[in-house]
Amino acid sequence: MSAAALVLAPVFLPLAVGALSAVLPRRAAATLTVIAAAATLMFAVLLGIAVLDAGPVRLEVAGWAPPVGILLAADGLSVVMIGLSATAVLAAALVAAADDHFAGGHAFWPLVGAAAAAVNGVFVTRDVFTAFVLLELLTIASVALVALGGARSAAAALRYLFVAVTGSLFFLLAVALTYGHTGTVDLAQAAERADDTVIVGAIIALTVVGMAAKTALFPLHSWLPAAHPAAPTAVSALLSALVIKASIVILWRIVEYFGPLTDLAAPLATAVGVAGAAAVLWGGVLALRRDRLKSIIAYSTVAQVGYMVLLVPLVFTASDPQVAWIGGILITLAHGVAKAAMFLAAGALAAAAGTGRLDGLEGTISRMPWTVAAIGLAGVSLAGLPPTLGFVGKWMLVQASLDAGAWWWLALLLGGGLLTFAYTARMLRATFNPPGDFSGARELTRPARTVAIVPLALAALSVVLGLIPWLLIDVLSAAPMGGGA
Amino acid sequence: MNDDTVTVMSALPVVLLLTSLVPAMLIFALREKRTVLRTTLNLAGAIAKVVLVIVLIPRVVAGEELRAEFTWIPGLDIVFVTDTFSLFFVALSAGLWLATTIYAVGYLEGSPNRSRFFGFFSLCVTATVGIALAGNLLTFLIFFELLTLVTYPLVAHRGTRAALRGARIYLAYTLGGGVALLLGVAWLTLEVGPVEFRAGGIPEVAEFAARDPLTATVIGAVLLLGVGVKAALFPLHGWLPIAMVAPAPVSALLHAVAVVKAGAFGIIRIVEDVFGLALFAELGMLQALAVVASVTIVYGSVRALAQDDLKKRLAYSTVSQVSYIALGAALLSPIATAGAIVHMVNQGFMKITLFFCAGLFAEELKLSKVSQLAGVGRRMPITSAAFTIAALGMIGLPPFAGFISKWALGLGGLDAGQPWVIAVLLTSTVLNAAYFLPIIATIWTSPRSESEGSDEGTFPVPARRSGWEAPASLLLPAVATALFVILFGVAAGWGYSPWVLAQIVGEGAWP
Repeated sequence: MSAAALVLAPVFLPLAVGALSAVLPRRAAATLTVIAAAATLMFAVLLGIAVLDAGPVRLEVAGWAPPVGILLAADGLSVVMIGLSATAVLAAALVAAADDHFAGGHAFWPLVGAAAAAVNGVFVTRDVFTAFVLLELLTIASVALVALGGARSAAAALRYLFVAVTGSLFFLLAVALTYGHTGTVDLAQAAERADDTVIVGAIIALTVVGMAAKTALFPLHSWLPAAHPAAPTAVSALLSALVIKASIVILWRIVEYFGPLTDLAAPLATAVGVAGAAAVLWGGVLALRRDRLKSIIAYSTVAQVGYMVLLVPLVFTASDPQVAWIGGILITLAHGVAKAAMFLAAGALAAAAGTGRLDGLEGTISRMPWTVAAIGLAGVSLAGLPPTLGFVGKWMLVQASLDAGAWWWLALLLGGGLLTFAYTARMLRATFNPPGDFSGARELTRPARTVAIVPLALAALSVVLGLIPWLLIDVLSAAPMGGGA
Repeated sequence: MNDDTVTVMSALPVVLLLTSLVPAMLIFALREKRTVLRTTLNLAGAIAKVVLVIVLIPRVVAGEELRAEFTWIPGLDIVFVTDTFSLFFVALSAGLWLATTIYAVGYLEGSPNRSRFFGFFSLCVTATVGIALAGNLLTFLIFFELLTLVTYPLVAHRGTRAALRGARIYLAYTLGGGVALLLGVAWLTLEVGPVEFRAGGIPEVAEFAARDPLTATVIGAVLLLGVGVKAALFPLHGWLPIAMVAPAPVSALLHAVAVVKAGAFGIIRIVEDVFGLALFAELGMLQALAVVASVTIVYGSVRALAQDDLKKRLAYSTVSQVSYIALGAALLSPIATAGAIVHMVNQGFMKITLFFCAGLFAEELKLSKVSQLAGVGRRMPITSAAFTIAALGMIGLPPFAGFISKWALGLGGLDAGQPWVIAVLLTSTVLNAAYFLPIIATIWTSPRSESEGSDEGTFPVPARRSGWEAPASLLLPAVATALFVILFGVAAGWGYSPWVLAQIVGEGAWP
């Protein structure tokens, strides 16, 4: 397979498997999805090797160059994000295959295929219109996924749909403005041709608002804590680990290409940073006040989105923007892995204990230590403590903030970690034994073996990646962000 | 020495880590009932570590330095070295860990969740050894944070409301300290590049401080704040008395083997091997540290006076005694430096003995308050004797270990031209006596029958489990560490005594 074809594979393989899954019986659909995810992971590795070897891999679809044709390109960011998406889909599919309760129904399989194809497409596309189309596909698939949670989740899914569509409209305006101003939807060409700083500023602003809605960036976050916990466990994991990453990446791409062109970018970036700061604090405080596992984890996502956009202001102020880019990407990656682990583990605990309420979890640490350990390890990575991937990302962002003299972001990065650890510790504490009672622990319905292993494996992955982060850093530096690749 | 030997030897720092990391991983995977295998793994790891250290000490003293390096993020390396100071701390931890392991096996016999306990127990020592062997600030930071994380499940072990509260407060304090440390390390790294420890201070740091003394001072303060939490410096000490709810072996780990020692070790590393004593004094921070340490010494002792709960009294005593180490490190004198270093060992052995004994009283007779200990000396003479030796050592009575520390610190104070140190030491000694002597008096003199008008006249004695006053696995570690308290005092002049080694280590800081 040529390197260029590798760019297409992560998009079309899940799409094909998803389509097939609609007509296949459950077992076959599950097996096929697992295989496709594993294959996608392998493509990501091959693509990573190609990028290390010769920089970004480009593919003009059907041989047509922009503005007529569509350009797909894989740089370091694309590679690691495709790797994340394949890992998350693999984990969710394994859990969903082991226990149908975690999937929510047969529609899970085709929808996951569509969602995976859409996010991977977003990660490699280089034009705003394709990005818009893929984002719409993703929205439809993920709203339907949320609705798999049954009657209780219908209202949350509907609300999610409203916000996501509103976000899309803002982004569509940005796309139209780009085309109207430059005559192309290809990012590199548009960046070359754009000469009106006010229009470029407007494009960035519209994208920011649109993506803020879709990613649940404060203050447009209120749909997320309703939608993510309402979905079945495997879906919750995918939503937090993967779906919100697509809109984050689009936001980054717009900043990457259009940011350097306008003076308005810097104040906009600061505004994004301020929203991110508010997200970290508000999400963290609310997470601390919830009393259901999945609800805490969902608010944690609201908070962590704040970290993921923090690189936007830092890219403009640090003397070496690469450190900020890579740090932010690694934190986002770490969030994906850890959050998938956490949601899957929480689902397993809740299924075993018969309740997701914190006060119903006593004794679970003795009966399901590995599942609790997965939550603990994932929390350590989310909080950015060594030796996890979260720590590496935080270290680089701290370096970037110090470098930029940005004390405000620095305090946030460090304080936000404490807040993260506080709500993780609250979840862990709930699983410890009740006072003086070791023997009276309730019988738990033990989940299938896979359901216990997968979250732990994901949590372990955040440690392993933390020990060998240079693998990722090499790929990210081989095709760096901000170079307009 | 041929090449093969060199490779094998330079892997030794990593092997030292593995002697507790591997048992930890295996123990986690063990089922609850595999008691014998678990104990074997624990002891094998602990003994292997002690043997390795014994093999290494003469070589390192002779000037050999082993080094293992891994690139982590480009430009940032994980470095392990065995310099004299790191090996000194490893030796202390390894020795005390062996004693604590034996004690913990006996203490937790038959209680639930032992695989979890011993798994984290071993991880805790792994983190401590990592801190000790860290060759640069980044490695130090990583293992320092790791230590925080792996001690949490131990403090929370019993799962009672009090235990969970203690664990939560412990976590809040130490993670706060961890944040400060992360900030300090990241900042210093940004200013001067990767910070490798070097005896006498790092030239790049000195240059930076000459350029920008204010920033250098702030970074130094942030770093000290970070390690000061674990070292329980006033006013960052609040977690220590509350963490007393943990089982006795964990208290031993917190107070003697790992946690507060890691803090004290960090203070010495930062003062002597990052900034260098002279630079630290020039920036005015040495004096500040001396004042904070002195305040902590007196404050901890005063608070200890008021505690009736034995473990709480011991905890405040730790707050006070660990600051001896900080005080010694804050004086511009080679003797004071050596005094600080030797006190790491002396305090460790004395305090672990006291906690072992407190645990024995609690286990055998269900006594946890000082006021309940009347006459316990007749019922448990060996335990009481061990307690007495360690308590007298704490007061600083010759010929016990604590005397050496205080003597060295006093001399160091004079040597550094800071005679007020003597006053601090004297005050502390008087206070030490005031809270330890009554315990000793209660144990030995008040006959049990004299407490009239209540049915406290007899101990609620549980069925004897062995011919001795307590199971051997609990009693022997306490006796052994008590004997070392005597030995370290009496044989302070012997070639490889802690005092002699501490002087060798201390000389390194005075190039």
